[in-house]
Amino acid sequence: MGQYSFKLPDVGEGTAEAEVAEWRVQVGDRVEEDQPLVDVLTDKATVELTSPVAGVVKSVSAKAGEMAAVGSVLVVIETEGEGGGNAEPKAEAPAKAEAPAKAAAPVPAPKAVAPSLTPSAQPAPVAASAAAPVINTRPPERVGRVAASPAVRRRAEELGVKLQFVHGSGPGGRVSHDDLDAYLAGESSAVVEQPRASGYARRTGHEDVQVIGLRRQIAERMQAAKRHIPHFSYVEEVDLTELEELRAHLNATKRDDQPKLTLLPFLIRALVRVLPEYPQINATYDDEAGVVRRHNAVHMGMATQTPRGLLVAVVRHAEALDVWECANEIRRLAAAARDGKATRDELSGSTLTVTSLGTLGGVVTTPVINRPEVAIIGPNKIIKRAVVRDDQIVIRKMMNLSSSFDHRIVDGADAAEFIQKVRALLERPATLFIP
Amino acid sequence: MAEAIKTQVLVVGGGPGGYVTAIRAGQLGLEVTLVEADRVGGTCLIRGCIPSKALIHAANTFEGAQQSTAARLGIQTQGEPTLDLGQTVRWKDGIVDRLNQGVSGLLRKAKVRVVQGWATFSDAKTCVVTGAQGDVTIQAEHVVLANGSEPVELPHLPFGGAVISSTEALSLPKLPQRLAVVGAGYIGLELGSAFRKLGVDVTVVEAQDRILPLYDKALVRPVAQWLERAGVKLHLSAKAQAYGNGALKVEAVDGTVFEVPADYVLVTVGRRPRTQGWGLEQMGVNMDGRFVRVDDQCRTSMSNVWAIGDLVGEPMLEHKATAQGEMVAELIAGHRRRFDPVAIPAVCFTEPEIVSVGLGPDEAQAQGEEVVTFNFPFAANGRALSMNAGELGGFVRVLARKADHRLLGVQAVGAHVSELSGEFALALEMGATLEDVAGVIHAHPTLSEAFFEASLGGLGRAIHI
Repeated sequence: MGQYSFKLPDVGEGTAEAEVAEWRVQVGDRVEEDQPLVDVLTDKATVELTSPVAGVVKSVSAKAGEMAAVGSVLVVIETEGEGGGNAEPKAEAPAKAEAPAKAAAPVPAPKAVAPSLTPSAQPAPVAASAAAPVINTRPPERVGRVAASPAVRRRAEELGVKLQFVHGSGPGGRVSHDDLDAYLAGESSAVVEQPRASGYARRTGHEDVQVIGLRRQIAERMQAAKRHIPHFSYVEEVDLTELEELRAHLNATKRDDQPKLTLLPFLIRALVRVLPEYPQINATYDDEAGVVRRHNAVHMGMATQTPRGLLVAVVRHAEALDVWECANEIRRLAAAARDGKATRDELSGSTLTVTSLGTLGGVVTTPVINRPEVAIIGPNKIIKRAVVRDDQIVIRKMMNLSSSFDHRIVDGADAAEFIQKVRALLERPATLFIP
Repeated sequence: MAEAIKTQVLVVGGGPGGYVTAIRAGQLGLEVTLVEADRVGGTCLIRGCIPSKALIHAANTFEGAQQSTAARLGIQTQGEPTLDLGQTVRWKDGIVDRLNQGVSGLLRKAKVRVVQGWATFSDAKTCVVTGAQGDVTIQAEHVVLANGSEPVELPHLPFGGAVISSTEALSLPKLPQRLAVVGAGYIGLELGSAFRKLGVDVTVVEAQDRILPLYDKALVRPVAQWLERAGVKLHLSAKAQAYGNGALKVEAVDGTVFEVPADYVLVTVGRRPRTQGWGLEQMGVNMDGRFVRVDDQCRTSMSNVWAIGDLVGEPMLEHKATAQGEMVAELIAGHRRRFDPVAIPAVCFTEPEIVSVGLGPDEAQAQGEEVVTFNFPFAANGRALSMNAGELGGFVRVLARKADHRLLGVQAVGAHVSELSGEFALALEMGATLEDVAGVIHAHPTLSEAFFEASLGGLGRAIHI
């Protein structure tokens, strides 16, 4: 007999604590190895933690709804057999948690994955610098930092303004208080200069919304994506008349247990057919290491609007799914993401992302790449339009297909060819299914 | 269990990092408890920076009163001066006492509750303090770890008896005749030089092939010259082996072993963060090598547990710890802050003194910066000459980016240059260019003119050289 203390593993995102959402076990319960113990809630997702050992639950520490610190003991399990794994549960627990936190990729990403995270989420500690302590008289990132006095830097920090976005009027671009004032005025001028229609009441006051949690992460990653990636966008119009006929037919004749097909499974089908010819597009770029990883599998990120903000749910191995399976998976993931039930695996590891606003699709979008991916595809709305076919004006169901690429990795001509091949498949839907 | 305290902020360690955190947090209206096993003040006040500078001052004064030195200035003395080390140490202890009482007063004024004793953590937010008045359990919403560092011990030269660390060197009962210093870093050379000035026969043993490896060779050269002139014996690339029978065994680079007779062996081979013996392992914080891992807000991996100073990494300097402590107090109070200095100055109180702020030439090159540099020698500075300080080849060196003349680093070596570190750091923090420094009128006659002239020199228009 022994005792195993199950400590809350680092569930990622640099969070140091997590909310206990729901207990799956009670004191006195017998648990098997890998049996779910508890659901914890980070500001991102619900993570199910499973037991690394078999035994009887002796005690649980936090009640549902309470916060628990990473590293604190959540459950004590009396184990059977030889001794207890009490010694180093910290090292063991995360590995057994359903969402492997420390070792795996940092965080499920909304839109853009920031590879550098807070210290706790980084994997291995740097090797001991015991040999030769170096007096480092400067902090890292000295080069390329924005020149500004300490007072200006501090004020910017308090205002939440990143100085690299502020125009510096001083020598060599040094940012002064005046520059910061000008930046702030510029930001708010749009509000100030709203036209006033006579006879209508003015609206005054304002609401300050703290940028925290998921919103902060979205903000940081969007900013990182825009800062690091030179985007270029490419838009082509696609004649979906035939595909829409096919889709209507399939939906009209589908079995009850089959999901309603949207355009997305067909678009994904087209993408996974063309991607093998363009391995540079189904890729992730580690720009710090200078390595592009070209993926064989297509893990298709689906930008999903949730009540808390944007998440990217990931359809794994989209290349191996037919349109029905794909539609099922999209529906399941979207629901999980919206309910905050998506697991870390379901929110990370995409190799290419599709962002669709459906009926709100607009005419053209310039989507932001989900870093470290190198491309993103954004279908726009489908609309009947008068087009010329064989010198006749005819009505066709047209859709614009917007896309953005990381120009460091993807050349314009390749991107154009890629989109043209996707278009060719979509316009003749039978070719989607011919090997 | 005698007593239990609940507090908003628990600061562990009463050194400069800890007491500044506590004072600032108190100023911000937080309820603060500070735990310290010794007197408040820490390594810096009690057994580091301050007492060593006092000893160095006494040594300088003693050296200046010696006939050979004084005679050059036309001062006649009757016989050689003598030294009562016991009185010197009492004088130094008086300074330490005053500072210690000053810090205690500041803590009182900030309404900080000081608990004397040794804190041992059972989890991240709870510790038991074992002290003279029995055990006290403290539970805190925020914990700030400022446990500091301690001298590194050599396995074959354990501290005790004649083998001493810097702490004991500052409180010797009487002056030794012969002192062996192991480690030619800044601590070893500062103390070794001071003892040499007091008349001690000093031998320095260093494992590397150069002294002060943290500074570039040009900066170190005047120090090496002084050591040679003062008769400090230097063994580079040599390994101190063991001490016995009044002598330190040293293995030279060629493998031969010789003996250095010494009454004391001062071991100054660096400092290590104090991470053992107070329950750090119970707190669940991530480590970064031998240091506690923190982000740029000094947050550890555990929520509301913060760590600052020597515990979290190089440079192990008082002014880094205090800056971090002040920031952490404000973060706890809800301010938005980040530890984002352009430069952390490093000062070395050898003879002559060395200052380095920002990038040196090698670092700038390593970062691919195209730079202009200019050395202005103190030999061309009137004030330096008037202090008899122009001889050792001291200088101020500016290093600026070629494209926009932005200062990237400033270094100096020379008498009293430690006092210039503030202006150097200010210039770097303000993002000053060579033109900025060259456009500031510097008072004459002062050493700071050398910074001004070096900046002019970087622009190709120095006047006094």
